[in-house]
Amino acid sequence: MSDLGTLQLQLMGTFFEESFEGLDHLETGLLKLEEGFDAGTVNDIFRAAHSIKGAAGTFGFGAITEFAHDMETLLDAVRGGAMAPSAELTAMLLESVDILRRVLTAHRDGSDPAAHDVGPLRRRLQAAVKGGAGGPKAPAPPAVIHAPTAEKAGGWNIDFRPHRVLLESGNEPWRLVRELEQMGTLAITSDLTGLPPLADLVPACCYLSWRYRLEGAVTRAQIEDVFAWVIDDCDLVIAPLGEQPAVAAPTAANEAPAARAPVAQAARKDEPDSPLASLRVGIDKIDFLMNMVGELVITQSMLGELDDDGPIDERRLGRIRDGLSQLARNSRALQESVMRLRSMPISVVFNRFPRLVHDLSKQLGKQVELAVTGQGTELDKTILEKLGDPIVHLVRNSLDHGLEPPEERLAAGKSAGGTLFLAAFHRGGDIVIEVRDDGRGLDLDRILAKARERGLVTAEQALTESEITNLIFAPGFSTAAAVTDVSGRGVGMDVVRRNVKSLGGNISVHSTPGRGTTISLRLPLTLAIIDGQLIRVAERPYVVPLLSIVESVQIERTLVKRLAGQWDVYRLRDQLIPIVDLGLLLGVTEGQDAADASLLMVVEGDGQRLGLLVDHLDGQQQVVVKSLEANFGRVPGLAGATILGDGSVAFILDVQGLSKLAKHKSTGGHRSAAPASPAPVPGAGATA
Amino acid sequence: MNEGSATPASKQSSTHEQLLTFVVNGEEYGVDILRVQEIRGWSTPMPIPNTPVYVKGVINIRGDIVPIADLRERLGLEHRDYGATTAVVVLRVLNGSRHRIMGIVVDAMSDVTNVPSTDIKPPPDFGGGNGPSLAKGIATLSDKMVTILDVDQIFSLPGGDPVAQEAAA
Amino acid sequence: MARILAVDDSVSLRRMLVHTLTQAGHQVTEAQDGVEAVGIAGTGAAVQLVITDVNMPNMDGLTLVKRLRGLPSYKHVPILVLTTEMDPAKKKEAKDAGATGWIVKPFVPEQLLNTIRKVLD
Repeated sequence: MSDLGTLQLQLMGTFFEESFEGLDHLETGLLKLEEGFDAGTVNDIFRAAHSIKGAAGTFGFGAITEFAHDMETLLDAVRGGAMAPSAELTAMLLESVDILRRVLTAHRDGSDPAAHDVGPLRRRLQAAVKGGAGGPKAPAPPAVIHAPTAEKAGGWNIDFRPHRVLLESGNEPWRLVRELEQMGTLAITSDLTGLPPLADLVPACCYLSWRYRLEGAVTRAQIEDVFAWVIDDCDLVIAPLGEQPAVAAPTAANEAPAARAPVAQAARKDEPDSPLASLRVGIDKIDFLMNMVGELVITQSMLGELDDDGPIDERRLGRIRDGLSQLARNSRALQESVMRLRSMPISVVFNRFPRLVHDLSKQLGKQVELAVTGQGTELDKTILEKLGDPIVHLVRNSLDHGLEPPEERLAAGKSAGGTLFLAAFHRGGDIVIEVRDDGRGLDLDRILAKARERGLVTAEQALTESEITNLIFAPGFSTAAAVTDVSGRGVGMDVVRRNVKSLGGNISVHSTPGRGTTISLRLPLTLAIIDGQLIRVAERPYVVPLLSIVESVQIERTLVKRLAGQWDVYRLRDQLIPIVDLGLLLGVTEGQDAADASLLMVVEGDGQRLGLLVDHLDGQQQVVVKSLEANFGRVPGLAGATILGDGSVAFILDVQGLSKLAKHKSTGGHRSAAPASPAPVPGAGATA
Repeated sequence: MNEGSATPASKQSSTHEQLLTFVVNGEEYGVDILRVQEIRGWSTPMPIPNTPVYVKGVINIRGDIVPIADLRERLGLEHRDYGATTAVVVLRVLNGSRHRIMGIVVDAMSDVTNVPSTDIKPPPDFGGGNGPSLAKGIATLSDKMVTILDVDQIFSLPGGDPVAQEAAA
Repeated sequence: MARILAVDDSVSLRRMLVHTLTQAGHQVTEAQDGVEAVGIAGTGAAVQLVITDVNMPNMDGLTLVKRLRGLPSYKHVPILVLTTEMDPAKKKEAKDAGATGWIVKPFVPEQLLNTIRKVLD
């Protein structure tokens, strides 16, 4: 069965990937269950366990199959209502997920899976099912198919009377005959008595019956097998030919594919060891790539057409030039779309945290809620890989040192449960990842004392608050109690900072005693893709990140107001939105009267709302963010640039930067674009 | 007078410098050939807001955003409309430890010349305390004089900072 | 030799199916769940056999079988369901839904090919 072996090997990678994903899915579902029973979730989890079982079986991992089967049985009992869900059950199942992960990893990496003993946990799972009220009948473990006693005779008489409906399931009597024919010598007698007159004949109904006489060394079981699918749709009598005594032969008709040694063990060492060495890529990205390749082919054939023996004249030269610039565009687009394959959403990194926070907070006896935003923010794969450990360290720090136990929180007048915020977003041309908690904040005195202890600071040195805060990044500052994170390595804040720096970014800490700590990682946008709205100002194209846009409105003159003769605001329902003359701010126009303008785009950045004067709204599209800083520098108000389909450059606006720029700029009179925070209309609610 | 260039196969011997020369306002200027990435025709750049008048904007070169400066205006001369001979010399600029790609607009391309180092003299004062001079030297060729430009200074402001404003706090 | 529609949400199992069948000379169209399968069937694609898993998201295998049986061109096409259970109740369920027969998972390629030979003309 070497073909099976090769096939299994080829697909082994997919099997592991899929199984790990399935386990993640299981885990997420279990965590959800903890918050409240939901039948849909139980079904989901059940199916996940079932799929893992099925795949493991096909790929020959018997132990995993059996273990998954025990999990499945338990879940089936819960989903059928025979067992009540409970915290202990969920905990047990979470343990099961862990151990399965370890076993799978061992198989994949070539270490010894038997080192992880699934025995005790299996017994507990099985005991739980038994302990549950009776439960629905558990389906038999799939490993073995019992061979019915094989009764052999010299042949058989088979009386086969199909019911009318037999054909409806797609079965055909003559196929059954075909099978019987292969087993020995067959004589057939048809019984046509059931046939109605032609006019009443329904083709989809089976009206005929047959008697078969099969001679040969055939067992009853083999014949029953032939009719296995149709047994409920017919009357079947099998009688031995003549009076040969039944001989009980132990031949099993079907070999059960039980306990097949996993072929995988052999070549596993050759597998790439990094868990992210392969990529799951969304089909849409592949389609995009295909389109780019298609365009490349068109350009190439267009250039090919120009390659004949005709004269090289102006016209031909012009067309060649066109073709070449098109070629340049196609190549660029192709390059970009390939690079886009490498970008993945940060959820890939954030995914491990619900479980981590759940387990760690339990362990530490704290109540912590995890709030995650910006899961869809995309980052290059290599950056993501390197971010995992640093962020884990930061999260652990928050849980360990930042967030207080419930009693302490209550005593301080806070809620018993604390919150950990994980956020990822674009700001001013960078990607920012924030780990924030509403805990006790940094204890500056303690930090200073510790630094003095470790000789990092002399006793006399006076440090500012920010200098003290930054001491936590000093090498050697980290507490000696090695923080063993998920990968088992000790990590300190200095290592985290080094890692972030090596990615071209920086890390900063902001803390308020008693209120909490925020740690921000800022990474340059090497390749980022955002959803953008194309706009035009003075015939120039710009891109506004969709995330920044609140809404766009047609300007009504009457709603434009001048505040104290200084700047204009627009009255939008119950808010006064400062108007920013984008053309003026960016230096492309002399400025216009807001009342004469047509469109106001309300944008929001960092809590500030602005109304931008825009001439046109063009389409929305995904744009690749190109750095302005690489060759030029940071330009306030711009988050970067992008290259449009026609090869031209369009700047991407940075709302927060625009807001700052507008504050600083003032060109006098009512044309000044210098907003304060949006002023609520007296009597209206406060707005963000 | 050797450039600190990162390119391996050096065409510079210790006795010669190889220059790419071009014309601005009737005068000949040159740059170290090793700093030249490519030469392009003029294409309309996208202006960058709030930049000095000689910074014309950015263009797209095979996916990179490259700023373009008008050398004429950078030298303090009046702007003249671009014509058929106008060219953009795309340079590799060293800024601190970073390499940038930047382009300069010139009236016309001239030549590639090998100049013996002995024929290169220090530059004259370019008219007053405007910070580091743009010129690195003057080369005397058989029929003309070529002002050798310091590529890294073209995009600098007085004080040595690069043109782009850092974000105001 | 035959056009087969293979439906399974498990990527690795689906690939295994497709590979086995293709090697044996069949033309295989794949679907990752019942919804996709119904979509494919709805385009009028004619197949000689459908092989489908039972436990799938969005639309499970038995629902798929019922839906297919409702399409004129699929009324009598052999449909085999992949099942991990030998449970007679499950088999009956499959038949009631209109399935022609079943294949028990995990299967060996030989087994699969032998079984489908039974339903191919």
